[in-house]
Amino acid sequence: MSATATPPRTDDPAPDGRSRVGTRVALRHRLAERGIDRQLLLLVPAAVFILVLFIYPFGYGVGLSFQPAEGGPFAAYQEFFSDAYLRDTIWTTLKLSLPAALLNVAASVPIAYRMRGRFRGKRLLTTVLVVPITLGTVLTAQGLLNFLGPTGWFNRTLLAVGLTDDPIRLTNNYWGVFFSIVITGFPFAFLLVLSYLSGIDPTLERAAATLGANWWQRFRRITLPLLAPGLATTFCLTFVLAFSVFPSAILVGDPAGTTRVISIAAYDAAYVQYDYPMAATIAVLMGLVELLVIAAVLGWRALLYTGATAGGKG
Amino acid sequence: MTSSGTTLARRRRRLVARPAAWLIWGVVAFFFVNLAGVIGSVLVSSFGNRWFDTWFPQEFTTKWYGQSWQEFGLFQVLVVTLEVSLLVVGISVLVGVPAAYVLARRSFPGRRLLYLLFLLPILMPPITYGIPLATVLYKYGFAGHLSGVVLANLVPSVPFVILTMTPFIEQIDPAVERAARMCGAGTRQIFVRILAPLLTPGILAASILVLVRTVGMFELTFLTAGPDSQTLVVALYYSMSAAGIRAQQSIDAMAVMYTAMMLVLLVIALRFVNPTQLVARVREDVD
Repeated sequence: MSATATPPRTDDPAPDGRSRVGTRVALRHRLAERGIDRQLLLLVPAAVFILVLFIYPFGYGVGLSFQPAEGGPFAAYQEFFSDAYLRDTIWTTLKLSLPAALLNVAASVPIAYRMRGRFRGKRLLTTVLVVPITLGTVLTAQGLLNFLGPTGWFNRTLLAVGLTDDPIRLTNNYWGVFFSIVITGFPFAFLLVLSYLSGIDPTLERAAATLGANWWQRFRRITLPLLAPGLATTFCLTFVLAFSVFPSAILVGDPAGTTRVISIAAYDAAYVQYDYPMAATIAVLMGLVELLVIAAVLGWRALLYTGATAGGKG
Repeated sequence: MTSSGTTLARRRRRLVARPAAWLIWGVVAFFFVNLAGVIGSVLVSSFGNRWFDTWFPQEFTTKWYGQSWQEFGLFQVLVVTLEVSLLVVGISVLVGVPAAYVLARRSFPGRRLLYLLFLLPILMPPITYGIPLATVLYKYGFAGHLSGVVLANLVPSVPFVILTMTPFIEQIDPAVERAARMCGAGTRQIFVRILAPLLTPGILAASILVLVRTVGMFELTFLTAGPDSQTLVVALYYSMSAAGIRAQQSIDAMAVMYTAMMLVLLVIALRFVNPTQLVARVREDVD
């Protein structure tokens, strides 16, 4: 369309000019053979975007974390790991997010396994399962406080049935946050697992059944290996959701104590103490811990099931 | 044929009646009962007046809705929410779709690296990049205004559009494009005349999903919003964390309004997107 695209069929008399155009075309051809041409320019806006709004701020944050107000470049990291109140936030976060993510994935598998076939009300059930995605943190938090609180319907029922004499304390502590993660995370995990399960060809299981495998053998030997990569992805995404829990840890939790998760520490450092190097340090460490868990899960999956994931999908 | 059909049906019925099945459905039912309790208690509370140590409030009223609408300046908040999400949807589609097209169709050096780069903002918790991003946005004077909120929300949205659009693009036969090129169409004409109409369902799906995500995105908006650029989630959070000043019921009413809005958005989204299919198709490409 433009000058570079037109072939060198010009009536330019100068031989060196023609050869220059010629080499330019040759270079263009050589690049095109390797897959580089002007169409790749369509990528530029998105790439610039990611570089300016993600990579640059992240690098800036990493740089900031090495420039604390006092001490050497690693002073902020040293402070983080020597201060038990800060250091323990990692453990608190993992203690909340790992079991919650595991529970969400583990509970999704049997339910999705049941829901694979066609049956009446499947659409309705799926829709109902999706609804919690719309709830939002605040409604979940208010609902948990109302429902599980000391005078809420849950404790009222337990007291009326006679299962307990005193109301059980389920809010403003670890459990409140845990339930809130489960409520928001489960529908998400379920949808993912259901879609991965639907992608597995049912004839494979039927073939195994003909050979005499019972349902456990079929699940253990066929479905589970084929599902494993999907489960690993689901776990990672659910874990990211649970790991970044921030508002509900404050609203239904105990933000100064048992549910002081790492994002609260990062927010405190940035917007309460205005210690940006420390906030950047915590953010970097948070990302590192999270990526380590994801790498461990994906690595473990690759170690176990590389052969089985390659083929067999219907 | 009929006899085999009936035995199959009988066997299926017996399968459902297994103890394990009952256990699973029992757990599901328990989850739903409690979920209904959680939602119901907020709903009842938002219509209730004087609810203390009883099963239900003593009287019902709708005054909390009017009150929270006035008190929290919800009209302004809704306008901001709408502005932010529409801008984010528009820009992320404009930037993301061409990139998704190239990533889906072409192979070139560095493609995998670029893909990983686009995957990272989705794999990282928003707070981890949100805090450095907010610092940078404050440095250049964007944060605290609508522009900062939009920029921050674009970070996960552009990669999301790319990941959602890739399978839609792969479904289009490249022969159609080649034919158009034979007839002399340029890249821009191919985009406008051929790809855009074929991709409309995919673009709609991606837009609605980005819309739902942006309306619900708390952390990034929270970190970058100023007093007059709060979206609904952030306003809700502030009203709840500053508890004691306002009646709890008016917060409940606001939360119900938020959820109703999200529900409408989600129902619209489900009309265009089959959630299970979408994920399965995306996965194939991510791997």
